[in-house]
Amino acid sequence: MDFLRPASWEEALAAKAEHPTAVPIAGGTDVMVEINFDHRRPEYLLDLNRIGELSEWEVGQDTVRLGASVPYSKIMESLRAELPGLALASHTVASPQIRNRGGVGGNLGTASPAGDAHPALLAAGAEVEVESVRGTRLIPIDAFYTGVKRNALAADELIKSVHIKKADGPQQYSKVGTRNAMVIAVCAFGLALHPETRTVRTGIGSAAPTPVRAKTAEEFLNAALEEGGFWDNGKIITPSVAKQFAELCSGACNPIDDVRGTASYRRHAVGVMARRTLTWTWESYRGARRLTEGAA
Amino acid sequence: MRVNFTVNGRPQEADDVWEGESLLYVLRERLGLPGSKNACEQGECGSCTVRLDGVPVCSCLVAAGQVEGRDVVTVEGLADFAKQRAQHGGCSTGATGACGTSLQDARQWAAKGQDSQTGEGTELAPIQQAFIDAGAVQCGFCTPGLLVAADEMLERNPNPSDADIREALSGNLCRCTGYEKIMDAVRLAAARQAEAV
Repeated sequence: MDFLRPASWEEALAAKAEHPTAVPIAGGTDVMVEINFDHRRPEYLLDLNRIGELSEWEVGQDTVRLGASVPYSKIMESLRAELPGLALASHTVASPQIRNRGGVGGNLGTASPAGDAHPALLAAGAEVEVESVRGTRLIPIDAFYTGVKRNALAADELIKSVHIKKADGPQQYSKVGTRNAMVIAVCAFGLALHPETRTVRTGIGSAAPTPVRAKTAEEFLNAALEEGGFWDNGKIITPSVAKQFAELCSGACNPIDDVRGTASYRRHAVGVMARRTLTWTWESYRGARRLTEGAA
Repeated sequence: MRVNFTVNGRPQEADDVWEGESLLYVLRERLGLPGSKNACEQGECGSCTVRLDGVPVCSCLVAAGQVEGRDVVTVEGLADFAKQRAQHGGCSTGATGACGTSLQDARQWAAKGQDSQTGEGTELAPIQQAFIDAGAVQCGFCTPGLLVAADEMLERNPNPSDADIREALSGNLCRCTGYEKIMDAVRLAAARQAEAV
């Protein structure tokens, strides 16, 4: 095994081009487990810790450019206002020790359907900035996950950052597990209200071969909210609408039975989380509306 | 490969390190510091917790090559680390001389708590003394990780709520105590820290 220690991003890209089989390592919270258990013996480890810019973020007009190695603990601390869904998701990642090392780049690189960041990224809307010596491209998050632990990266590409849309409305994240810490999601759900475009976006984790959006459920809800004038009148969402939305979210799952839970439990739980996160976000949307309109 | 880094305030050099090796392995097997415990090797149990540039991490998940030029504090250096922090707000990174714990001292480090009978020994960090006084140590395997994690929390948050303590220690598993005495120990250390100020 060779340990490659590029001192700059350019050097890292050159190393990855020269050794496409090199495994990038940043927080190490996935890669080191595989090495410790001898599940993987890469020819080259490509250490990204020396590249400072990967641990930086930039809050822009409409998006946050989040460096691939920004640890979850920093997202929780510093980006709660801009990326509330991702901050909540970050808080559910493993333990403080792991959150101090792991970041969204690793979640995307591993592309496990159980990665905690994915539902939040899908719901907020994001693009993954990847680069190689051939150039840079932005991959829409919806096109990033291509299979179980597969992503749209080419062999010579590295994940540089994620451009995540800043929240324009309430966001929520919910995760089912056996305890509050150190849990791989049985299933997870992210939901973001986008009042500017009058749309709702979702993300489902651990209930299909890849993280997915519940697109049919989103379309149904968008239409129902529009038709009922909910965005303007700020009324409570009709229980029948919430129920239908939950069922459609369950229907968007394609889960398996495994040690963490059964397929039918996952479908059920996703429906419950969908209804709850919709209720929570809608309540805070109504609250914010009342404040801005000055009515009690 | 060779790795140069600072351990407990003193520069160290580890030789013949395998590229896939963890920081935990280097500490235990190459530097002779077995205080950080090797249990799950997958970041679940927290018994290998050390501070890397001040931040608590699972040393089993840090590749040895990643610590080149960086600063590590292990449980063996915790007493000195806490002492220096109390005296002058910490030790400057990589300083040699009076600051820090030599490898020799760290290897020979043994808990010499304030014995309730004899009153002997004072070479413990406050958190270590609190663990002894509260009876928070049973088999002791999880203790080093818990001490490092708890000490860091008290540095950041001198007046933690029970929820804060649970959160800070949520990555450290103990299979003996049921955690109640560990909670007592951290509360005790926090109370003593508040009194001392």
